[in-house]
Amino acid sequence: MSSAFDVRTTLASLLLLLFVLGGWQLATDGTGSRGPAVAVSLSEEEREYLRMLGKDPDAATAKRDGFPSPITVARSAWEHLADPFFDRGPNDKGIGLQLLYSLARVATGFGLAVLVALPLGFLIGMSPLVRGALDPFVQVLKPISPLAWMPLALYTLKDSNVSGVFVIFVCSIWPMLINTAFGVASVRREWLAVAATLEVSRLRKAFCVILPAAAPTIVTGMRISIGIAWLVIVAAEMLVGGTGIGYFVWNEWNNLSLPNVIFAILVIGVVGMILDKMLGALQRLVTYVE
Amino acid sequence: MAPFLQVEKLSKAYQADRPVFADVSFSAQRGEFVCLIGHSGCGKTTILNVLAGLDSATTGHVFVDGREVRGPGLERGVVFQNHALLPWLTVRRNIAFAVKSRWPSWKAAQVDEQVRKYVELVGLGHAIDKKPFQLSGGMKQRVGIARAFAIEPKLLLLDEPFGALDALTRGTIQDELMAIVRRTGQTVFMITHDVDEAILLADRILLMTNGGDTPGGYRPGGLAEVVRNPLPRERSRAELHRLPGYYELRNHLVDFLVSRAKAA
Ligand SMILES: Nc1ncnc2c1ncn2[C@@H]1O[C@H](COP(=O)(O)OP(=O)(O)O)[C@@H](O)[C@H]1O
Ligand SMILES: [Mg+2]
Repeated sequence: MSSAFDVRTTLASLLLLLFVLGGWQLATDGTGSRGPAVAVSLSEEEREYLRMLGKDPDAATAKRDGFPSPITVARSAWEHLADPFFDRGPNDKGIGLQLLYSLARVATGFGLAVLVALPLGFLIGMSPLVRGALDPFVQVLKPISPLAWMPLALYTLKDSNVSGVFVIFVCSIWPMLINTAFGVASVRREWLAVAATLEVSRLRKAFCVILPAAAPTIVTGMRISIGIAWLVIVAAEMLVGGTGIGYFVWNEWNNLSLPNVIFAILVIGVVGMILDKMLGALQRLVTYVE
Repeated sequence: MAPFLQVEKLSKAYQADRPVFADVSFSAQRGEFVCLIGHSGCGKTTILNVLAGLDSATTGHVFVDGREVRGPGLERGVVFQNHALLPWLTVRRNIAFAVKSRWPSWKAAQVDEQVRKYVELVGLGHAIDKKPFQLSGGMKQRVGIARAFAIEPKLLLLDEPFGALDALTRGTIQDELMAIVRRTGQTVFMITHDVDEAILLADRILLMTNGGDTPGGYRPGGLAEVVRNPLPRERSRAELHRLPGYYELRNHLVDFLVSRAKAA
């Protein structure tokens, strides 16, 4: 597309954003103007009590005002971004730190899934026997919500952190396994014939012909997997608690701090987008034109 | 002297009672250029795949240089009908893949030298670092030929290598092909459905019939005739039609394709 077109789409996106933010601001403005009245309803003792708890009574009133305005959210976002990595005990960690916990779980679970799904997918793709034997299992295991494994994981693994990684592993494995098997099975016969006439060893054939031929399909599977993993990690961390961005959302909800919840939602979206873009870049790298 | 390529009583049946072809026997001397002509579906590609070791015949044997063919091998180079280049590799690396397979102990420089030599031979030096999708159909086919030649096989197997090319490009590559094999003395087995191509290139032309139902029942395809090319071996496309015997040969082949090649 032409750069003039790009400029126009960017402009339209910005306009839409402004429109949404403006509407949001207008819709929450009323509650904002009611703010002082509610604040008055806090007695001096209540305000003192909140200060003793280490909370800002004005912020507390804002919470009770109902849905926060974009300005409030932006203010809370600014506070988080100014100091993302603080650690003041189990219930009070910076959002950057929580993100790192989540990303570490996703990276570990996803990485383990790659290590299992790629070789197994190769095997399934290359051998109709293995495919036939494993197919019923894949069919049954694939539609199980990864969170349904959580109780079993917690019981057997006895560790909420490891269980989170396990759940990510389970949800990441299927798209990669299925795509790898499909990609390997549908490598063009003539490319395999080329390898055969050149008496290429099995290992070299796997790495120099089948892998690059199937790579676009495999990476598509990885991209689907990382998307699902990022969806699931939030739910998993809400469930088991402790650390992570999912726990952060849940914790802020218990604190009734909607601005923090909204900010965390935005962060989840942006990080998810970055993960997808990373796999997208990898996809462009391995895609070939026939 | 035993022939370099010996094919004995080959048959292939996907359905036991209706073999595609049966009783196909022929041979080729070292350095000979043999063309197989027949209509589409008669089993030409199947025969070539059996010679290449990529497919197995239902009955019969193939011997190359005194040894029976039991699988694919580097002493036989194949040019595929649709070039079969690996699309994620450049021309250089496509051919290097073959060269490295042939001589695993070669150093990178040695491999590259061999690659360059054969890329230059098919006139694609300027496109050596391009990927297949950046090349025209004719250029891709030339890369396929360069890849097969670069491993210096004793027997070359070509499956309608110029079928998809325009007449002009086809003529140029035919000339190149002929020049190369005359120089190297390689044995060539080539499938074509182009009569003039066969007359230009082949020392002998195998005529193949399609299988089909006749009043007397099903008749499998097979070799109907082997025609020796009477034209002088040093011939060129331009003077071909002026050589004595050209029209007789051409009429014979066209007659076969029009009236005898199909069972029905
Ligand atoms: N795997 C297969 N299963 C069944 N029939 C096949 C198979 N491969 C080829 N054939 C049949 O064998 C015949 C010969 O095919 P092929 O050797 O490709 O013919 P040609 O190259 O002469 O056009 C065709 O009629 C085709 O339908
Ligand atoms: Mg064919």
